[in-house]
Amino acid sequence: MYGNAYIDPNEKPKSIIDGEDPIKLAEFEARIARGEKIEPKDWMPREYRKQLIRMIEQHAHSEIIGALPEGTWITRAPGFKRKLALMAKVQDEVGHAQLLYSAAETLGKSREAMINDLITGKSKYSNVFNYPAFTWADACIIAWLIDAGAIINQVANAKGSYGPYCRALDRICTEESFHLKYGHDNVVTLATGTATQRKMVQEALNRWWPPIMHFFGPSDKISNHTEILMRWKVKMATNDDMRQQFLNMYVPKIWDLGLTVPDTLLKKNDETNKWEYTEPDWDEFKRVINGDGPCNAERLAVRRNAEERGRWVREALNTSQSKYIVPLA
Amino acid sequence: MIKSLDPRVTRDQIELNNQIAPLQELDQWETYEVFHQKKRGDQHMHVGIVHAPNPEMALLFGKEQYGRRGITANIWVVKTANVFASEYEDQDIFETVPEKQYREAGGYKVMEKINKYKKEKKA
Ligand SMILES: [Fe+2]
Ligand SMILES: [Fe+2]
Repeated sequence: MYGNAYIDPNEKPKSIIDGEDPIKLAEFEARIARGEKIEPKDWMPREYRKQLIRMIEQHAHSEIIGALPEGTWITRAPGFKRKLALMAKVQDEVGHAQLLYSAAETLGKSREAMINDLITGKSKYSNVFNYPAFTWADACIIAWLIDAGAIINQVANAKGSYGPYCRALDRICTEESFHLKYGHDNVVTLATGTATQRKMVQEALNRWWPPIMHFFGPSDKISNHTEILMRWKVKMATNDDMRQQFLNMYVPKIWDLGLTVPDTLLKKNDETNKWEYTEPDWDEFKRVINGDGPCNAERLAVRRNAEERGRWVREALNTSQSKYIVPLA
Repeated sequence: MIKSLDPRVTRDQIELNNQIAPLQELDQWETYEVFHQKKRGDQHMHVGIVHAPNPEMALLFGKEQYGRRGITANIWVVKTANVFASEYEDQDIFETVPEKQYREAGGYKVMEKINKYKKEKKA
């Protein structure tokens, strides 16, 4: 689960290819233009490596933190079958984190360093997981619509240029299709159920709509930076394009169920073929991503607790004399 | 203590400011490359890595990570450190040249010779 890579708008705009060997850079760009993948030991520009580490690491953190609000509902999921399904989904998300940490590791940052940056709050993760899942219906909306957003992002990124990330995403996308179906099935059950169930799912949708609109991030500033990252196939689509794609695919499905979206301006403009909507509250987005959301502190505290409680087990098993080697692919 | 909707938080009495020592190098162990065979008779294919303290745990994690969906007949794990790989930089060593047609089935045009022979014989 994931939103688009969060690029700090305050970061100084500098030439991101300064000091790179022009011949190697030209070969690198030609390889990408031919549609070939970049592999871990290939030459790559510093900024390519840096942005990929940041992006894949944020993605991995989002999977592992995203498992927390949903995991909350495992013991209370209605019925044995739903408990089993939710456990399988949560296990998948943690598995996604492992696949993604591995892909980032091939770029030279160890898993320990990434986890340290997560639990100290230095690294970001998808903003949506800083909100609580109040009811079972919230967990259903997450599984359907947040995973739907994640799939749009992941399918786009799977066509990127870095081999290990693409391979991880191909595996992940296969599993996400189960998450999406599972989530949709649960929402449909509530929406076609009793008046109380319908009310419950509508209220959950109302709560989750603002975070969903935040999910892909604010409109990209059309900068030199964005343009180069898109040429390098690090960034595969603009935030607005992905948001449009999401609205196009899912708003009709929401309306189909007789549910409403809490945005009176939301409609498709038939001339431009684009969705119009109330601009999300980007100040709230920034406040939450910088640590001040309803659950940021809790999420990190829970993660630290898990690391600490598992530490003695990891240490007891750590009898190997060997040295850490960066994985191959 | 955190007031939370998460029953695990309450059960563990987690504090918001539970600072912990940073993870040290090798806290997550070394890595193993995982090879997965779908059905008996198929090739084993490289599918990714796991972090593990020993081969037995690597097999266990490999099963969870790469064998929990679809079908699996068998998996192998190999310490990353024990894999020796060629360099992409040297990819040209695999290039072939037209003079090496003698290695290919297409390099042998017997039908041409046979037809020529038959034609000459008739004449
Ligand atoms: Fe996921
Ligand atoms: Fe998912």
